[in-house]
Amino acid sequence: MVELARGQEDAREPVTEVTGAMDVVFKHSYGEHYDRFYREMRDNKRIVGIKCTRCGGVLLPPRPYCGKCYAPTREWVALSDEGSLLTYTCVHLPFIGQPTDPPYVYAFIMLDGADVQFPHMLGEIEPEDIEVGMRVKAVWNTDRKGTLHDIKYFRPV
Amino acid sequence: MAHAVAVVGTGQTKYVSRREDVNIPEMVREAAQRAMEDAGVTVDDIDAVVVGSAPEIFEGVNSPENWVGIAAVAAGKPLMRIHTGGTVGASTTIAAYYHVASGVFDVVLAVAYEKLSDGIAQYGLSACYDPLWDRDFACGAPALVALQTREYLARYRNKVTEEHGAMVAVKNRKNAIKNPYAQLQLEITVEDVMRSAPVATPLKLLDCCPTSDGAAAMIIAGDRKARKMTPRPAWIAGVGTCTESPYVPNVDMAYPESCVRAAQQAYQMAWIYDPLRDLDMAEIYEAFSFQELIWSEALGLCEPGDGGRFVESGRTAMDGEFPINPSGGVLSSNPIGASAMIRQLEAATQVMGKAGEHQVPGVEKAMAHSWGGAIQFSTVTVFSSRL
Ligand SMILES: [Zn+2]
Repeated sequence: MVELARGQEDAREPVTEVTGAMDVVFKHSYGEHYDRFYREMRDNKRIVGIKCTRCGGVLLPPRPYCGKCYAPTREWVALSDEGSLLTYTCVHLPFIGQPTDPPYVYAFIMLDGADVQFPHMLGEIEPEDIEVGMRVKAVWNTDRKGTLHDIKYFRPV
Repeated sequence: MAHAVAVVGTGQTKYVSRREDVNIPEMVREAAQRAMEDAGVTVDDIDAVVVGSAPEIFEGVNSPENWVGIAAVAAGKPLMRIHTGGTVGASTTIAAYYHVASGVFDVVLAVAYEKLSDGIAQYGLSACYDPLWDRDFACGAPALVALQTREYLARYRNKVTEEHGAMVAVKNRKNAIKNPYAQLQLEITVEDVMRSAPVATPLKLLDCCPTSDGAAAMIIAGDRKARKMTPRPAWIAGVGTCTESPYVPNVDMAYPESCVRAAQQAYQMAWIYDPLRDLDMAEIYEAFSFQELIWSEALGLCEPGDGGRFVESGRTAMDGEFPINPSGGVLSSNPIGASAMIRQLEAATQVMGKAGEHQVPGVEKAMAHSWGGAIQFSTVTVFSSRL
């Protein structure tokens, strides 16, 4: 065994960290309810919810059971693509993988006929003119692929 | 009937934006060792270990219990890892409480940690959103809390202003000056907060918590052992946890049901009728300034809509009748996986009379609160000097 003389180790550059990286692609299954929901958006420019058989709430996103009552859902309901603004924020913070460059306005919208908020973005309005409660309507994209981006954003009515 | 359970020792590390002098297991060990020293116990006295941390993607190490469990003296002992979003630190303590209250174990070490500087916190937080639904619009933690804050401010537009959030940011950073473990120890003004850069409106930079490296640990013991270990344990008098679904009718982010119900459970168990009168102080999980107002209302410390007036009155200041976040809160230090445990640790330490410079005089009962997930997990823990 070789003993290091005192101070000898200080003569070297410190070894402080090691870099790790992950570059992974995930494929998240949609299941049959999201499938129906996103096909309606892509093919018919229509937003659909589903009704809880117990509380009667029209739910978004559609799913086989209500997240509150745990009762099954059954009836599909066509919703308006117009609704009221529940809350919003102008996002200034950039993050990895963000599909939209900040600043952009992220919002919760209560579509007419729904009982759960719809998450999306606002456009065609300056952030300082936005007011909670205002009426907004979807602006659809022409090139639709079956994602929430089939809607470009919501604009004031 | 559950066995009586107390906190008998605590340990934490200095919270900083980056620690290069330790790796993750060493940082965990540091907090665990300090808690054991504080309680006057050794590795042999610990019957079981519970560890908690936030999502693996924050630090890029899967199954972190593999390496931190051993650092936290779990070799040869039962070990569990807990995870429940931002409430994880509190859930870790509560799991340790269940271990002892059940009568199965006598002395349990609970430890929670986060080394956020090893990765990119906002990326990890953005990946917490539902990939089938709203992930593309949400942005880290600030976006969702910004939506919560806007909903709150719009509801009480005549009563609560953005300056009220700024007052919380000023108060808690000032409290942090007396807490040697706090990261942001700042003397700032309401104007400084109002003028800081927008992050996700109405949240500005100084309304937001920092990202921190740090760990916290507590030794939890059953009553017979607790009395022998310390003359003044902090008894866990009430525990409440509740979960709610974010995508159902009538979700109210400005008055979350999970928080209201967790508080009801904990208060009922601890015989608290009026929390403002029956408790002496609180440590509230305010990752963003306005949340201290929102949670104060949901926890029943003031009426809905009175959160702004509550902070403005000075009642929640360090020298007020009901100090909130004497430690400086999450706004001053946020190692995410540990932050909810730090709230409990601070509340327990206040009850034990060992908070040092930021000790509130004469604390007999204190509350710790936390929230997590898509504003869907809540915990409330009540500590008392008497059984
Ligand atoms: Zn239902």
